Amino acid sequence: MNALTVNKMTVVYDKQPALEHVSFSVPEGSLTGIIGPNGAGKSTLIKAALQLIPARSGSVEVFGQPYKTQKQLIGYVPQRSEVDWDFPTNALDIVLMGRYRQIGWFKRATNKDIEWARACLEKVGMEEFAKRQISQLSGGQQQRVFLARALAQDASIYFMDEPFAGVDAATEKAIIQLMKDWKQQGKTVLVVHHDLSTVEDYFDHVLLLNKRPIDCGPTQSVFTIDNLEKAYGGSIAFLQKTTAAGGRQ
Amino acid sequence: MMDFFSVFGFDANTEWVLTGSLLLGFASGTIGSFVLLKKQSLISDAMAHATLPGVCLVYILFQVKSIPLFLIGAALTGLLATQAIQLIINRSRIKTDAAIGITISVFFGFGIVLLTYIQQHFGGSKAGLDTFIFGQAASLVKSDVQVITIGSLILTLIAALFFKEFKTVVFDPSFAKGIGLPVRLLDGLLFSLVLLVVVIGIQMVGVVLIAALLITPPLAARYWTEQLGVMAFLGGSFGAVSGISGAVLSTTIDHLPTGPMMVLSASSIFFLSFLFGSKKGMFTRMVKQL
Repeated sequence: MNALTVNKMTVVYDKQPALEHVSFSVPEGSLTGIIGPNGAGKSTLIKAALQLIPARSGSVEVFGQPYKTQKQLIGYVPQRSEVDWDFPTNALDIVLMGRYRQIGWFKRATNKDIEWARACLEKVGMEEFAKRQISQLSGGQQQRVFLARALAQDASIYFMDEPFAGVDAATEKAIIQLMKDWKQQGKTVLVVHHDLSTVEDYFDHVLLLNKRPIDCGPTQSVFTIDNLEKAYGGSIAFLQKTTAAGGRQ
Repeated sequence: MMDFFSVFGFDANTEWVLTGSLLLGFASGTIGSFVLLKKQSLISDAMAHATLPGVCLVYILFQVKSIPLFLIGAALTGLLATQAIQLIINRSRIKTDAAIGITISVFFGFGIVLLTYIQQHFGGSKAGLDTFIFGQAASLVKSDVQVITIGSLILTLIAALFFKEFKTVVFDPSFAKGIGLPVRLLDGLLFSLVLLVVVIGIQMVGVVLIAALLITPPLAARYWTEQLGVMAFLGGSFGAVSGISGAVLSTTIDHLPTGPMMVLSASSIFFLSFLFGSKKGMFTRMVKQL
């Protein structure tokens, strides 16, 4: 069964199309990398799919149902740079936000919620930073707090926007481990990613995008030099160097 | 509360006014915490200035001093001003600061014109409208103070009820939307709370400086804590202290407007916090570095 189906998504910024008629679907339990050059609309695609920004047209189905009715199944990890880390709060509080849907309006987090949040921090190796003010965390640690928050949501489909951007080795390891765990639990993961050299190691599915979808499917059949050339155009000479061990002929 | 004030030998009416100023200060300091973190200090200042023409228009139309009517007028021009700012930014090459600057002057200027008209034609001093610029606690009658008291309690209650949701929306609006929070509605609610602070505080604090009472106390609080809950409570407390000391100063010393006195008190608290605040204070950081 397809966990996610996007139909003819078109997004326009300042009269310039950012995405044109993007349609694709990913099977349940897959780990999909969303790949494409700068400005290809990768982040725009997941934001539009989650209705965080307006789309001119298009629809999104989650397990065959309209997205609107399935929001509770979605976990989203935004780019770290999108929030103000000087906000007066600690790591545990941020992770607790992942439980707010379950907690509901006008109610406070119970001890059980706090236990849950702590367990999520532990999963990403951040248990000793629970009470640390978030501005005192390194970039990688902040990313792991966001991962723990997503984990706390206990979603079925996870969207991550460039989680590997500018993180340390420990965080990279934590992200990879988390993705493996999620896959094992049958969860579906979509990741905006730009490091082509790691695509084959991390993902079993790839959506290759450059404003339009170039190709989508299992990594072996999509992540080819031919397709990359179509997506990246002129910059392919540089690409062949970086993916010498990667894309197949 | 009443007995507490009578120790200082204030009459019953002054006690009422002081209670009102305390609660108004607390409400504005609490709500200001969210406004400050949302980086909307300047825009809320513009909005506060822009409520003046709305309130005056409503008075010219109905010739009664009624808080609900004032609220509608204030909301109308306050909203119009924020929309105008957004429109200028989106549709021209003018940057945010200039857009806010232009909008403040146009709306406030128009408000002053209307206020002058009211004073010349309706005897605005009878209605207390002449105090709307800088505020005058001494001009408040019992029913004014009742409105301030009830309004402030409602404001504080709403801020407490929606604390968790406001926190999420201010910190990470995308995530908030993702977990199904009605982000636009909550933004609108916060905006309404600011409007309510401005309108109930208009006669006591005035439109010119009410934004300072929203922003300065939580800004001072930020130097003492790294927790939003503590910041909101401390901001409220600093606001309450500023409110009450401003009211005391302006009622005991003749002809001192209340708004500026409150803001001077708030600024003193800010200055002390800036120097000695336990988390971000200048001296505290210097000592830590030793």
